[in-house]
Amino acid sequence: MNTKKIYSIGGLFDTPDGITKAAEDAVKEGYTKFDVNTPYPVHGMERAMNLKPSLLGFITLFVGLSGAAFAFLFMYWVSVMDYPLIIGGKPFFSWPAFVPVTFEVTVLSAAVGTVAVMIALVFKFPNNSHPLHDTNYMKNVSSDKFGLNVVYIDPLFDESKVKDFLSRAGANNIEVIYEPERKPLRVFDPKFIGLLVMLVLLTAGVTYFTLNKLLYMPPFTWMAVQDKLSSQSQNTMFADGYGMRNPVEGTVARGFTPYEFKGQPDSVVKNLSNPLPFTKENIDKGKLRFDTYCSPCHGYYGKGDSRLNGQFPNPPTLHSDKVKNWSDGNIYHVIVNGQNVMPSYAKQISKDDRWAIIHYIRVLQRSLNAKDSDLETKKQ
Amino acid sequence: MRTFDYTQEVPVVEGQPSAKSLDEVVSSPLDTKPGKIWKILITVTTLMLLVGAGALVWTFYKGIGVWGNNQPVGWGFDIVNFVFWVGIGHAGTLISAILFLLRQRWRTGIARFAEAMTIFAVMCAGIFPAIHTGRAWLDGYLFPYPNANHIWVNFTSPLLWDVFAVSTYFTVSLVFWYIGLIPDFATLRDRTDNKIKKTVYSIFSLGWRHSTRHWQHYEKAYMILAGFATPLVLSVHTIVSFDFAVSVIPGWHTTIFPPYFVAGAVFSGFAMVQNVLIFVRQAFNLKHIITINHLEKMNQVIIVVGTMVGYAYAMEFFTAWYSGNQFETFTFINRALGPYAWAYWTMVTCNVILPQLFWSKKIRTTIWTMFIIGIIVNIGMWFERFVIIVTSLSRDFLPSSWGMYTPTIYDIGILIFSFGLFFTNVLLFVRTLPSVSIAEVKASVDGAQPSHRGGHH
Ligand code: HEC
Repeated sequence: MNTKKIYSIGGLFDTPDGITKAAEDAVKEGYTKFDVNTPYPVHGMERAMNLKPSLLGFITLFVGLSGAAFAFLFMYWVSVMDYPLIIGGKPFFSWPAFVPVTFEVTVLSAAVGTVAVMIALVFKFPNNSHPLHDTNYMKNVSSDKFGLNVVYIDPLFDESKVKDFLSRAGANNIEVIYEPERKPLRVFDPKFIGLLVMLVLLTAGVTYFTLNKLLYMPPFTWMAVQDKLSSQSQNTMFADGYGMRNPVEGTVARGFTPYEFKGQPDSVVKNLSNPLPFTKENIDKGKLRFDTYCSPCHGYYGKGDSRLNGQFPNPPTLHSDKVKNWSDGNIYHVIVNGQNVMPSYAKQISKDDRWAIIHYIRVLQRSLNAKDSDLETKKQ
Repeated sequence: MRTFDYTQEVPVVEGQPSAKSLDEVVSSPLDTKPGKIWKILITVTTLMLLVGAGALVWTFYKGIGVWGNNQPVGWGFDIVNFVFWVGIGHAGTLISAILFLLRQRWRTGIARFAEAMTIFAVMCAGIFPAIHTGRAWLDGYLFPYPNANHIWVNFTSPLLWDVFAVSTYFTVSLVFWYIGLIPDFATLRDRTDNKIKKTVYSIFSLGWRHSTRHWQHYEKAYMILAGFATPLVLSVHTIVSFDFAVSVIPGWHTTIFPPYFVAGAVFSGFAMVQNVLIFVRQAFNLKHIITINHLEKMNQVIIVVGTMVGYAYAMEFFTAWYSGNQFETFTFINRALGPYAWAYWTMVTCNVILPQLFWSKKIRTTIWTMFIIGIIVNIGMWFERFVIIVTSLSRDFLPSSWGMYTPTIYDIGILIFSFGLFFTNVLLFVRTLPSVSIAEVKASVDGAQPSHRGGHH
């Protein structure tokens, strides 16, 4: 006596007509948990077996629409909110340009989603140890026979009755299919776990090495080595060995206007007035430039507290009555021409920036020598 | 004289082979030792791969300055080959998806093969933009992912659309192909006695049991995938054509490009599939499954799309003249009479004139003539991309910045590499996987479906 558990009883049929008839009969007999295995889809078999239509289409619809929405909103977020970039003068939200990618992502997600759901939920992947595998029944239906098997979970399942039904239906090779003996899972075998750990370490190591080391070894020089002039290193191209060149004599930088009062007496310059309006933006710009260009010698507040530790003579304070009473034109003149040891800043600082600096100096002067009346104004 | 009754469908498979014999025939290349021809061919293609790999490695080492690309011709062989290979891929999806939806049953015998060629062709195509970026190891940045530099890709650029289109196309084609292979893997699994083969087939067949409860969902999924692949294949070459059409270069900036490119893609793809099928049916004894009738139908498609391509060429000239735009007009005169006229006339001869020979039934049903015309079509289509890209770039608006383009041996080496890759894959494919869909062919042999349902529908 065989003690193995029966999984199902199957019979083989020779023709598509025979199997369709048998499936219809099985439904008539009241069997519900039976299956028909055919080497290719036989038309009308779902109807013969009385199966509900496949609902995969709804999954496709859901995944596809989600993919579309995700793609579109993602592009919107990137191009409008997270990193807006002006491209070709187009609006940030140029939706027609988002159409192709939205379409592609829809197709990709819907197609892959449908197949993944089918394999995972319908085929119950992986199901390689199904009782039907490696039976004579399976070998035949895989090639040229059509099989019908009634599974033991059917409420009407009874070995002799099923066999009887199959032979009445015209099956010519009735086979009892047993549950295979289940061996305990071997995944907890220390050898297997060891192998997994090794694999993890190896993958992590190789990835780390590739991304952090290999990519920075030759020949991946990241364009660091090139036949080009580099300003701070020696160069054989010029006789003097310098890479950095001075501009040709008489070169005028873009936007540069020569100082129109060069060498003229202060009295002429004095009458210049500041062309920039006294606005917050200009003052802010003035502060930025003053802190960059003037504060190393004059100090952040113009008090003459140089940060140069005596390497350069300390300038006088900008809060002296002399400078306070100077016209803006006088200060402008000093910036452009320099004064005694203070060099000219005409090359570094543009015209507008000079005037902005002067606004800022005025602000400094006012703030360090506030009058009582200023407080009064504030109070009101 | 033989007369043809066009109201009667020619049987898809000749001579009603039994299901068992189909198993035998299709899996015999997998079970037997390779023959002499195959060995010679694979030696040739691997050599091509190796030679080409040399050119690739040198490009990686030295940079893309070793190519012929220059200012103003910044797109040379790299983009020509890219468009060429993507185009080849289109035939596969057309056969497997569009003809499936149109219920063209003659596709069954050739669909698997054509799909495989799609995948290989897209692989070859993918190489070119990847290396065209100059530093291929940084290509990860082509995809929008949150990175340390806090920057994103430009979603309004056709080049980015291309990234999405080509990668989607590859993935969906692969999935489609694999889904089709599952039942065949199961059949192979149940036939073989070889332990290794059995393990491999078992893994790939995902426990397939030919159950109707699975077939039902499987057929639905196949339908859905075919439904998606159809607009997808049209979108891919449309988007490839946007790479040109969205720019402002004369000769590129035209709205005819999307349909014109898709027709061209199908044209070259069919020619390539036809060529390879001829080889396979000859070499593996599949003459009754891949019949002359199939090849003839492919040739008919070739003549239809070929004529469409010819129409597009004419239309481009008409538009250039009708637009009255002097740059556009000049570009087309320059194509036909300028320094690259030889390429232009090669293209016209190969794509428009010679395929017209297929009007003769004798020519389109004789193996050697159709084989030669297939090759000619592919040469012509390669030149089409060359003409479009190089002539437009070499002479655009400013005569002072005109320049000529000459490929270097590295360009040619990488082109050879791509052909080597393609044919090596094809050769490996025919010996490792069933090159004809066993289940589908079984289902379309006469008498395979229940009679009271009226057979096929
Ligand atoms: C390298 C250090 C240095 C820098 C930088 C510098 N100065 Fe001076 N500055 C001096 C010295 C030193 C003097 C005194 C010159 C002298 O002996 O008359 C001076 C004098 C002046 C005076 C005249 C003061 C007076 O009482 O005669 C003004 C105004 C002035 N600087 C403004 C500026 C401005 C505005 C900047 C920024 C653009 C600037 N300086 C940048 C060193 C510097």
